[in-house]
Order: sequence, then structure tokens, then C-alpha cells
Amino acid sequence: MTIVSAIGHGPGNGPASPPPAAQGRRGRSGAYLLLLPGMAYLTLFFVFPVVALLLTSLYAPVPGGDIGQYQPAFEWRNYVVALSSYWPQMLRSFLYALTATVAAFLIGYPMAYVIAVRARGRPFLQGMLLVLVIAPFFTSFILRTIAWKQILADESFVVAALRAVQLLPPDGRLTATGFAVVCGLTYNFLPFMTLPIYASLERLDPRLVEAGGDLYAGAPTTFLRVTLPLSMPGVVSGTLLTFIPASGDYVNSVLLGNNTTTMIGQVIDSRFFKVADYPSAAALSVVLMAAILLLVSAYVRRSGTEELL
Amino acid sequence: MSGTTATAVTTGVTRRPGAVGPSDPPRRRPSWRLGDAIVPIFAGLAFLYLLVPIAYTVAFSFNQAGRTNLVWRGFTLDNWRNPCGAPQVCEALVNSLKVGGIATVVSTALGTLIALALVRYRFRGRAAANLLIFLPMSTPEVVLGAALLAQFLSLRVNPGFTTVVVAHIMFCISFVVVTVKARVASLDPRLEEAAADLYASSWQAFWRVTFPLLIPGIAAAALLAFSLSFDDFIITNFNSGNFTTFPKFVYVSATRGIPAQANVIGSAMFALALLLVVAVQVVSVARRRRT
Amino acid sequence: MSLSASTRAVPSGSPDGETSSGADLTLERITKDFGSFVAVDDLSLTVPSGSFFALLGPSGCGKTTTLRMVAGLERPSSGRILIGGQDVTSTRAHQRPVNTVFQSYALFPHLTVIENVAFGLRRTRAANPLGRAGDALDLVELRHLADRRPSQLSGGQQQRVALARAMVNNPAVLLLDEPLGALDLKLRRQMQVELKRIQTEVGLTFVHVTHDQEEAMTMADTVAVMNAGRIEQLGAPADLYELPRTAFVANFLGQSNLLGGTVVETVDGIMGVDVAGRRIRVPVDRAVSTSGDVLVGVRPEKLRLVREGEEPAPGTNWVGPGAVTDVSFSGVSTQYQVMVPGLGTLSVFSQNVAGRGEVRLGEQVRLACDVDFTFGLDGAEDATSGAVDLDDPGA
Repeated sequence: MTIVSAIGHGPGNGPASPPPAAQGRRGRSGAYLLLLPGMAYLTLFFVFPVVALLLTSLYAPVPGGDIGQYQPAFEWRNYVVALSSYWPQMLRSFLYALTATVAAFLIGYPMAYVIAVRARGRPFLQGMLLVLVIAPFFTSFILRTIAWKQILADESFVVAALRAVQLLPPDGRLTATGFAVVCGLTYNFLPFMTLPIYASLERLDPRLVEAGGDLYAGAPTTFLRVTLPLSMPGVVSGTLLTFIPASGDYVNSVLLGNNTTTMIGQVIDSRFFKVADYPSAAALSVVLMAAILLLVSAYVRRSGTEELL
Repeated sequence: MSGTTATAVTTGVTRRPGAVGPSDPPRRRPSWRLGDAIVPIFAGLAFLYLLVPIAYTVAFSFNQAGRTNLVWRGFTLDNWRNPCGAPQVCEALVNSLKVGGIATVVSTALGTLIALALVRYRFRGRAAANLLIFLPMSTPEVVLGAALLAQFLSLRVNPGFTTVVVAHIMFCISFVVVTVKARVASLDPRLEEAAADLYASSWQAFWRVTFPLLIPGIAAAALLAFSLSFDDFIITNFNSGNFTTFPKFVYVSATRGIPAQANVIGSAMFALALLLVVAVQVVSVARRRRT
Repeated sequence: MSLSASTRAVPSGSPDGETSSGADLTLERITKDFGSFVAVDDLSLTVPSGSFFALLGPSGCGKTTTLRMVAGLERPSSGRILIGGQDVTSTRAHQRPVNTVFQSYALFPHLTVIENVAFGLRRTRAANPLGRAGDALDLVELRHLADRRPSQLSGGQQQRVALARAMVNNPAVLLLDEPLGALDLKLRRQMQVELKRIQTEVGLTFVHVTHDQEEAMTMADTVAVMNAGRIEQLGAPADLYELPRTAFVANFLGQSNLLGGTVVETVDGIMGVDVAGRRIRVPVDRAVSTSGDVLVGVRPEKLRLVREGEEPAPGTNWVGPGAVTDVSFSGVSTQYQVMVPGLGTLSVFSQNVAGRGEVRLGEQVRLACDVDFTFGLDGAEDATSGAVDLDDPGA
């Protein structure tokens, strides 16, 4: 996952790869000392909270207590109840996230390719294009999503124009649809897709592509056989950095969707805050996390072996 | 692009200008030309897609807004003259800057140390450490937010400024580690050996050689951490109680109408960051030219 | 070069404040293993103060590991390292009065050339670091590039900065790890001369690691040929060349024709060796083993071609006749391959002196050589050990 190398691309890059021989020979105590503060922090504020989440997901209501009062228990039926009520939202979340990831890949790859390959050797152009990709980071993503909501609103000129040329029926709308939600997700996570792909394309030795051309592979073949496989690490990072946050997002579905586009994040949020049903919110969170971890590890393993081919 | 050059090289040797011999390999120039144009055009559209809402946000920062800022009512500079004119906007902005500042400093420090350990040492538990870095990045924000809230509730901690800072540091660390790690890995370990050979203790070697060379990576990591923190909504929303950050302010006011001042702040942050990045870019290009 | 004077006059930059320029370096029974792989095997040697010493060997022979142990970048598994009589085995790299010119130079990319050179002086808080660094740059003729960054220099210039950076500290021992390996051939030859000049001028002890036998022989006073973690033979370049003691040295340092035979008699300090039915005579003091099976060696340029109708000079060794199977002309000399039945293919270098007729492919010749130019090796050795592949362009 190297958004890094893309953002840190400016000033002088070090030698490509140092010889491994000189590394990893030093004392271990030093390593533990360096690790201790950060790892302790992550243990306290990531591991423990996840454990707390697991425990909460098994809580039962305090008998005769108020709303929002729960006590430790082993109420595994929380999962059954939560899943049986909210599986459509869960499924929809993954579906939307997947669609948005594919769309972001289709849009982001050409962008990354143009910046890394076509603009190669023109550092200023390359830098400016990169800035344009990073630029959205600096305007609040909520502001941008609201901008979309207003651009695509029923009374906006975009909708009026589309209705006029009959691309949209007279009563057709762009907001409050699943399509709008997926567009919003695609939009919001596009830089996360583009930057890692850029980083791996940038490292790609252009002579390899020339060799492909030299060996009488046509441009499409060279791309499919040489460029794409070599940029796979970037593609894997990009898809993960898009899919994972997209599947848990609810800002887009709240702002651009309607009550038929509800995603699981929205459910978790409202279970927590609107009805103070902590156990079911926690259970849904645990399921979401587990599902993503399963998907991610399967995907990484899969793409890892593909890389070897 | 390179494919074209390669074709020219392989065929160019035998072909005199204008003469197309029967022995020439099939030419693929025409289709290539088309491809040459299509990809940049497509990418251009993608850039447009990225920038449209930003342009919209900037444009509406100059709108004569009433109670809402939905319709264009005419150009004005009033919003820019008085960015704190709407209630709570600037308070939320200051909150976000505070949270972002603290989260950036702490997460950059912790993450850099971890990155050094992971690249420079082989030790027992390395795989576990890597996993602990990877997991927060592969957990959706809702889950991180819910988990932290579950912990804070069970510890009976009231959500607010502190809990938001704690949460932001947590999700920034992994990104810092990944960023700095790439830089550490690209450093030549012989440079440290050379420093030791030239009478530098390990402490001096680190501060005189390793650290200066890591600065670009650390700066990139800090920038990333700040922008992640500044833009975060979901985790903040779970753990902030009544405390309001800028994204939360915008989200909450979306239902009753966002003041044009929010657009001003969004646009100003954008302009500032753009200026910074462009300046860095210009400097580095200029430096490369000199070489 | 006035600089050398100043470099020597200023008190040494070594932490202990030693003022000697150059000190003896002694390795006592050094062994280094990485797990089950033994990189350096029970190695002992002494490098006298002020000498130019070369460790020569193929890659993986343990020469760089030896150098790194002297520098303090690697710890020996056992044995002792002494510099100027002081045991430094357990001291760390930055505490040793030793400096290294690294293979890839390892110049600090974020520092200017002059700051790179002044780095060691600043660490030891030596007086006037910039002035001395400037003097050192004069010595390598790079003062005008003092404010550049390493990335703005050519390979040869970087190499000289690395040299200045190490030398300016006036170390007891200066280590050079394949310092010319990254340069092209012409520049390499030029730098060999330069390095030798500088070493003579400043009088430091140089330990130079290389796999290039020509480089080792042109520059060093003493060459140690290393193979598989051990020193095969140590001595002055000419001695090693004229009288190799192992097949590896005979083949790695130049080329040799090695012929298997059996000692049949010893008369007046000359032993007679039966080589495929011919009697070859070898001086006993030029032989490692004087009975049983031996390898008789002779350098290709010591062999003379004896054409049909000519007779070998009386008292010389000769073999053949055999057929010339290859003739390759290289300007100053011509190399012939001669296939002698029962002995295999022998190599002959012949100077292209005026008046000598050309020997043609397929011609039947005998090969003659003075008795004093032959040498005898242990017959149990592999005659091809250390030999360069015939297809190798460098051979």
C-alpha cells in the first residue's frame, strides 16, 4: 500500500534497492524499543477496542432497565437478529463498494498511466497532474459530496439539460438513486485507486515495455502481458484502499441516496445513536470487519499468485 | 510512447523514406495513433470529473447566499471578507486544526519509529507487528469508530476533544508507517556503515545521515496524516460527543443549509494546500534542473 | 602535491590521537562463519606499516568479509585483529583508526562534496575540518567541485571523493573495497596509477580488495591470493607470478600450463619428471612436492615454438610435437593453442618480434622451455582450479 511513494514523490529518491546483505543483523532490543510506543498505542486503541466491540456484541439488555442499558452476557442471538434484519444492507454495501471499485479502477488506471508513462521525463507536468489527483484530499470530502448533491439535484441545470435531450425521462432524477451513491463512492475514493497504481507504473522500467514492442507484441498485447502484470502491486493496493472504506461508508448513501440505498454503515450508525442498540450495532460491525478481512485475505492471496504467473 | 519507438527502431533500419517494402512487418501505426489519443482524452475527462465539485465549491464561496447556498444569486466577496460570519464555522475549523496538528505530530513520531524497526531489524514477532499495522488500514471507518466508542463507553469516558485526538492518532499511525517504511527501505544501509567508519556513533550516524535522508518520507507521511485527520468524518462522528470538527459541522448543517463560509474555508484550505504542493514541486524541479 | 605534506603533518584524526601515518595490521587466526557457511577460515596475516597490500580473489572468496572485519563492520567468529599492536577485535567501527573506501562509494547524498570529506574530521572534533577537507580534495584534484552534491559528479570523481573522505582522517589503515570496480577499463587503469601515487605520497597502509589480478599486481607491494576463505599464497606480485605454489594461484594469477607427471629421479637439485613418456626437468627448489605425482607448470610466455627442421636448444625441456589448433593475434603478441597427444592443449604466448616467421594453423610444432622457468605443484591438486573459462573475454 503505497500512497506514500506517490505523495512523497517530489524530492530526490534514494537508490532503487539496497543490497539485503547489510540489513537485519543488529541487536533485537533496539527494535523492540523503537516498536514499543507505537505498538502499545495500537494495542490500547485498536486491539482493545476491537475486543470491547466483540464483547459488546454479546451484551444483553439489563432486565427492566432503560433504553441503552446493557450488561455483559453471551447473547450470540444478537448476531442472528442483526443479520436477519440487515442482510440486504450488508449485501448492498459490498455490491456498491465492488461496483465503485471496478469503476474507480477503470477511471483511475488511465489517469495513472497518463501521469506515469505519457508524462514521463516531464517532471513539471507530471507533478502538476499528480497535484490534481491529490487536490480533492484538501477540500473536505463532505463538501465535495454535497457539491455533487447540488450539481445533480432535481432543479439543477444538469438534470434540466438531460431531460431536455431526453436522456432522462421528464420525472427522472439523478440524486436519491443507487447510481448516484455508486458515483459518489467512485468519486470519493478515486485518488486512493490512482495513486498506488501511479506509484507502481512510475517504477516500471520503460525498457521492458520497449522490449515487449521489440518482440513484436502489439500495443494491446504489450500492455496486457507486460505493463498490467507489472503494475499489479499498485492495482492490489488501490483496489483495497478503495473497496475497504467504500464498503463501510455511509456519507454518500445519506447525502446522495434514499431509503432504498441504505448501506450497512448507516445502519451501524443509527443503531448506535438513534436507538442506542449497542449490541446489534457491535454485532454488525464485527460481521462487517470479519467479512472484509476474509475478502481481503482471499484477494491478496489470489492476486499474489497471479503476480507469479 | 515507447511501443512506437520500438517499432520504429526495428523497422526503420531497412526502410528508406517512402519505400514500403513487402518484407516490412505489418504496420500498426494507425491503430496506435487512435490509442495514443484515446487514453489522454479519457484521462482528461477523469480529471474533469475529479475537479468539477471542487470548482462548484469554490464558485459557491462567492455566492450571495441567503439562508441556504443552493442557488446562484450573484457574485460577492462578502463571504471571503468575513469567513467566520456564520455561527460555529471557525470554531469547527480551529477544532479540526488542533486535532489534526496533534494527531499528525504524535502519529508521525510513533509511526516513524515503527517503520525504522520494521525495515532495519529482523526480530521475533515481526509478522505480528506487520499485522497490527495492516489491520487498522483494512478495517472500515465505521468499525473503527464503533469499536473505539464501545471501549470508551465501557470505560465510561465521555466522548469529546480527547477521544477524537486519540482516535485520529490511531488511524494515522498505519499510514505513516507504510509511508516512511518505503523511504527507509530505499536508503542504502552502506551509508550508515560509512558514517560508522568515519567515527560516527550509531546515534550520530542516525541524526547526521539517516534522519536527514528520511525527511522527505517523514514530511510526506505527516502531510498524509494531517489530510486524513482533517478530512475524517465517520470515526470523528462516533467519538466526538458534542465536540464539532469542520467535516462534522458541514455534515450536520447539510440538512438545514450549509453557510457559504464553509465553502470559503474549504476553498481556502484547497488553495493553501495547492500552493504548498506546487511550491514543493517547483523547487524540486528547479533543483533537478540544476543537476 | 603540497597537500600530502599537510595531511601528514596534522595530528591523526583517529580517536586515540595516534600520530603515526600507517600502522601494522595483524590478523590472528580469524574465522568468520554465517551459519553453516564459513566465509573466512582461520586466516592469519600481517600487513606491514606503510605498505600497499592487496587481497585478491574471485567473488565469494571471503576477501570483502575480511576487509569488513578489519573495518569493524563485521565481527569475527574467532581470532584477533591488531592495529599497531593494539587489539581492536572488540571495538566498534567508529572507534577504530581505520577508514574505508566503499565499493559503491557510499557518499552521503545530502551533503556537499566538502562536507562529505569533512564528515570524519567533524566527528573527531579535529581542528579546521573544512581546511583539511579542502587540502584532501586538492590531493585528488577536485577542489573546484567542493560545493557540488555527489549526484552531480561522474563515477570517477565520486571515487576520488570517497578516497579523499577516507584519507583525510589519516587512518592507521586505509581499506579499499573494490574501489575501481564501477569504473570503465580506461579510467580504471588511470586510477590505478593515481592511487599508487597517492599511497606513495601519503605513506599510509593500504589494504586493497579486488578480483582483478592485473590491478592487484600493478599496485600492490604484497598480494595475498584468497580462495574459499583461505589465503592460498602471499608475496610480492612478481614472486607469486613466477613461482606459484598452488594450482589455484597458477591459474588465477595469469595463465599456466599444468601437466600431470611422476617424479622418477632427483639429481643435483633437479628432479626428472615423467610426463606422458617424456622426461621434464624441474628445479627442486621450485617444486612444492618432490616425489610421487606432481603437476609440472610453465607460463605460456615461457614456452617457445620449435618448428619442423629446428631443434630445441640443448638442456631445455620440450614436449611434442603437436598440432597448432588456434592462432589469435593481439598486437604485441600472438597466442597459440597447441594440441599435444597425451598431454592435452597447451597455451603459448609469443612476442611479435621482427624476423620471426608466422606459425600457421595445423602446423606440427614442439614446445620448449628453460628448466629454470618450470615449477612443480602437488600432484593431488586439480589442474583447472582457479582457471578462467576460455570463453571469458577477460581471459
